Amino acid sequence: MAMPSIHFLANPARFQRFSARILPWLGALTALLWASGLYMALLVAPPDYQQGETVRIMFVHVPAAWWSMAAYALLAGLGAALLVWRHPLAALMARAVAPVGAAYALVCLVSGSFWGRPMWGTWWVWDARLTSMLLLFFLYLGHIALSRAFDDSERGDRAAAVLALVGVVNLPVIKFSVDWWNTLHQPASVMKLDGPAIHPSILTPLLVMAAAYLALLVFLVLLRTETEIGRRRLETAALTGR
Amino acid sequence: MGGFLSMGGHGAYIWPAYGIAVAALGGLLIWSLRARAKVQRELQDRGLDRRARERR
Amino acid sequence: MTRKRKRLWLLLGSLGAFAVAVGLVLVALNDSLVFFYSPTEIAAKPPPAEKSLRIGGLVAPGSVVKSADGLTTTFDVTDTSHTLKVSYRGQLPDLFREGQGIVALGTLRADGVFAAREVLAKHDENYMPPEVADALKKAGRWKEGEPVPGNTK
Repeated sequence: MAMPSIHFLANPARFQRFSARILPWLGALTALLWASGLYMALLVAPPDYQQGETVRIMFVHVPAAWWSMAAYALLAGLGAALLVWRHPLAALMARAVAPVGAAYALVCLVSGSFWGRPMWGTWWVWDARLTSMLLLFFLYLGHIALSRAFDDSERGDRAAAVLALVGVVNLPVIKFSVDWWNTLHQPASVMKLDGPAIHPSILTPLLVMAAAYLALLVFLVLLRTETEIGRRRLETAALTGR
Repeated sequence: MGGFLSMGGHGAYIWPAYGIAVAALGGLLIWSLRARAKVQRELQDRGLDRRARERR
Repeated sequence: MTRKRKRLWLLLGSLGAFAVAVGLVLVALNDSLVFFYSPTEIAAKPPPAEKSLRIGGLVAPGSVVKSADGLTTTFDVTDTSHTLKVSYRGQLPDLFREGQGIVALGTLRADGVFAAREVLAKHDENYMPPEVADALKKAGRWKEGEPVPGNTK
């Protein structure tokens, strides 16, 4: 128990110096990317030959799906860093990532539903893609709940890390569900081996929005990790009565 | 402007989709900023913030 | 160092075993994970009458017929090797058209017609402006329902 505490003070302090320097710039970049991304998505991008204007829902839906999955991969990596190497910053960063990933998964599910109603003719179906994406959202909620379920926050950290690692099996299921089984959801358009099946005039706004979602993800994770470091410091101070 | 809002008759689906994105992500941003401000205030009150430690 | 190494192998081992277990379960459940059956699968293994299931395929061009009252629509669903006649009463989704992929929920009647009570349009993975789609069609490089040729510029 005594060993990691030295580590804890050294590493998070370095992290805080780094994030304090980068956050203002990253915040400005995030705002810029969101402004130009939304402008391109709503005003510049042409309607689709089949979906008409409804194609615009894709610009908020697809990046949310991509980065919620990437954030989960990060969450699992942080879980491994905590369980195997007892990295002290990993637990705090995992607490910072989970709510952001959950919000992204929620945006993906709800915006997809608003696309499915006019295009497919239904708000929701229990096909493999939609179901596995819903499972990802619940894994995030489970992580948030588990990490707060114990009086001893380090026990909560470890329980949540185990859940994050178990749930990582869901990621390939989400990605390949559209290839492995017949689903109502269409197969991949951008991330496929023979190149994207999206015209550049629609692909460019999508990629700008993807950059905007990524910038926001990094910004929120840094900001929230900093908060968690401070919160843990307050906890420790309260325990040691300083 | 009316044409932009109606989005070819599908505005009722497109605007809520953008609405949930802005509401969920904007809400998360505000919540995160507030939580950080609160923690920083408490750290300052107890003389545990970064600047106080660097002065020491 | 050795304790960390041990924990790492323990983690990788249990994660690997868990992944294999999930994989086996998914393979075993394959039948219920399939959202719809193709006309070829229906022809090879006809489902019991009255059993609710989903079929999917492309709406065969020229096969869509509306009844006199305009409420019932019949059309052929094809996967290019087999075709199934579908009858549906109700509102069709926006994307429903000849050549479009659809998924229908219903039962196979004794006369071999699929009585659908829900029809969903299946979107494909192609996204482009209408002018580009028209140009590609005019140039004879692409037909709706087919993959778009490599470069859509």
